[in-house]
Amino acid sequence: MEKATFRIWRGDASEAQFVDYETEVSEGMVVLDAVHRIQAEQANDLAVRWNCKAGKCGSCSAEVNGNPKLMCMTRLNDLPLDQPVTVEPMRAFPIIKDLVTDVSWNFKVKEKMKPFTPRPPDAEDGTWRMEQEDIDHVQEFRKCIECFLCQDVCHVLREHDLHDEFIGPRFFVYAASLEMHPIDTENRLEELKNEDGIGYCNITKCCTKVCPEHITITDNAIIPLKERVVDQFYDPIKKLFRVFGG
Amino acid sequence: MASYETFDYDVLIIGAGGAGLRAAIEAATGDLKIGLVCKSLLGKAHTVMAEGGVAAALANVDERDSWRVHFADTMRGGQYLSDARMAELHAKESPDRVRELEAWGALFDRTQDGSILQRNFGGHQYPRLAHVGDRTGLEMIRALQDHGIHQGIEVHMENTVVSLLKTGDRVSGAFGYEREKGRFKIFSAKAVVLATGGVGKAYKITSNSWEYTGDGHSLAYHAGAELIDMEFVQFHPTGMVWPPSVRGILVTEGVRGEGGILTNSEGNRFMFDDIPELYVNQTADNPEEGWLYTQGDREARRPPELLTRDHVARCIVREVQEGRGSPHGGVFLDIAWIKEKIPNAPEHIRRKLPSMYHQFKELADIDITEEPMEVGPTTHYIMGGIRVDADTQMTCVPGLFAAGECAAGLHGANRLGGNSLSDLLVFGKRAGEYAAQFALENGTVPLEESEIDTIAQHVLKPFDNPEDGDNPYEIQAQLQEKMQELVGIARSQESLTQALQEIQSLREKADNVHAIGNREYNAGWHTALDLDCLLTVSEATALAALERKASIGAHSRDDFPEKEEPGAGKYNTIVRKDNDGVMAIRRELVPDLTEEYQQIIEEMG
Repeated sequence: MEKATFRIWRGDASEAQFVDYETEVSEGMVVLDAVHRIQAEQANDLAVRWNCKAGKCGSCSAEVNGNPKLMCMTRLNDLPLDQPVTVEPMRAFPIIKDLVTDVSWNFKVKEKMKPFTPRPPDAEDGTWRMEQEDIDHVQEFRKCIECFLCQDVCHVLREHDLHDEFIGPRFFVYAASLEMHPIDTENRLEELKNEDGIGYCNITKCCTKVCPEHITITDNAIIPLKERVVDQFYDPIKKLFRVFGG
Repeated sequence: MASYETFDYDVLIIGAGGAGLRAAIEAATGDLKIGLVCKSLLGKAHTVMAEGGVAAALANVDERDSWRVHFADTMRGGQYLSDARMAELHAKESPDRVRELEAWGALFDRTQDGSILQRNFGGHQYPRLAHVGDRTGLEMIRALQDHGIHQGIEVHMENTVVSLLKTGDRVSGAFGYEREKGRFKIFSAKAVVLATGGVGKAYKITSNSWEYTGDGHSLAYHAGAELIDMEFVQFHPTGMVWPPSVRGILVTEGVRGEGGILTNSEGNRFMFDDIPELYVNQTADNPEEGWLYTQGDREARRPPELLTRDHVARCIVREVQEGRGSPHGGVFLDIAWIKEKIPNAPEHIRRKLPSMYHQFKELADIDITEEPMEVGPTTHYIMGGIRVDADTQMTCVPGLFAAGECAAGLHGANRLGGNSLSDLLVFGKRAGEYAAQFALENGTVPLEESEIDTIAQHVLKPFDNPEDGDNPYEIQAQLQEKMQELVGIARSQESLTQALQEIQSLREKADNVHAIGNREYNAGWHTALDLDCLLTVSEATALAALERKASIGAHSRDDFPEKEEPGAGKYNTIVRKDNDGVMAIRRELVPDLTEEYQQIIEEMG
């Protein structure tokens, strides 16, 4: 059987380094399979998050050869195995141990956002009527598996560390799923402009590129939200007055 | 003395999949303090993987549907071993539970008139499954999660409960550890709801994740509760079989609901060859009728691919065993063929089955719009589980409740697809409601310190075991091999007796497994601790399988091919820990159906 080397980040916040593991690889294997094999045979205490192993739960996010990926959906035959495959944790979040990061910030962000607030039901049985074409976009946003790879790759979080002022692509998608929900009545634009920092996004589309669910984050969620914020808060005539009035 | 942090709750819920979240939301409607403990991050539980849909007789697509038809379908699917009262409550309440999700933000696919769309599924007479493409579980868990986080529930993510605590006869809390630092947590509670899911990790080929180690079953058993019908393990007929690393990953029944057909290496639609007596009147006798059914023709009968899962799985095994399998030991599941029938078939398939399209494209290099998939049975679900009261979901241990997959009663000998997501909602809500009521009516009971110390020592034992003790992963793998081989789809006196011996010897080894490293996020240590649960549920399943000398529903005995044991009547198997700490089994006759239930079943044909 063929062998390959995996260069895996081991350690915690105080001390960590890459450690090389050689293991057998076979047809169809994904990176997570190799990590599991190493864990079972050579490093029982290796920390890695995973659940479904089918790209549906968004637990096994990591950086494979420097690219943000779900380990369960990254096939070894798409990687050059003549050199070590590096596997390291997401870099935009504090490390807990090995491949596991502390993503609790994301859960706190969501909790602070205004929840879904439906209009009164359309029918007597307490239900609503919605056209499929009116919910297609929102269903696209609701495909999100909360893997947080978009957060990991966003430079506002990753390089500038603005976690206190910017909620990141995942939560713009979440906001869009609520704002564009046909029966939601809440308005979240003021928060998006102020606390959520949507203005920091300069639409480089890095998030869209890494989304394993192929959600068009920038074009379908962030840009329309930015437009709504502009419409509500930056009336062009008033803005002219502000600029020339000092 | 062990060091630990203590948390006090009125109601403690263990597990945050559909049932746990729904129970927590319900229990939190009053002023009670609710704790929710889950092994993974919130929103990652197994519910997220459910694909096809949630069964509810909304009658949006076919107005002939009603709770009575759903009830009759569930009872028939379960071979009349289900608890009829649970089947009634489930059929009556699931429509409201589904509508309620919409009020919390869920967005199901729509009909032309803008209401919730429903699709066909095996064993359901009418299109009944509310769905979102093939990612219904994700929609459901997200709706519950996003609503739940605003209800004042305290969530302990990445925490594992290793033992329930009892004071006298009553449950008084739970002992757990948090993953990050490996520190202990003691949860004191007036009522505890188990919602921990299933046992699939006891098998080698499974659609289940690492979490499915039978924790709730085992916790309840050790606390004195009864487990019923543990022999009924559902082998879903269509799991991926190739490449080896993805073997077992689920291929939704929705593929067949949308017109997918099963063929063997000779190109024969073998499901037409064997249609069970109970379903002859409801099943199409030619391919065209089957196709028309999947396209919504109300006069057509369902294709044999949509017979119940136990039967379809057995037919697939038969084809493979008799040399008519696919190259990698499965059969073919073909949805691409529908291009003969409809224009734009590839686009239609990608829209209806998006995650299946991606799963095969990315993991197997197969384009399902162009070529057939290879599929075979995979361990998917356990019908058996913790015995509960149908209305309240309380076990025989006062204050201990269970809901969802870890509880039993609704599905009898075989579960219909789509009846799990509805089970989670209906009985999750009921468990939350009655656990809250129990907490209001009963005060706090003090915890027993000495018990806590004993558990702590046990939990740390893998670190203290000699370094030459076995590797926990090795023992887990051996158990999975043996369960697959000896307690799988085909069982016999011989295989089951051997299985019980193997389990016994693995238990001795499990006691001596060694954990390396420290307590921080240590997967090896956690695997060592999971072994006890896995061995407990494996033993219960093997023991119950040995007890049931018949082949019914998901349980097949090579040595007893008949559906019923002469003179034995219809019975449930019941496993309980006896006074000496030994696993004991007995039978209990299923009560006769009331006249009213009987009448519904007869009416619904």
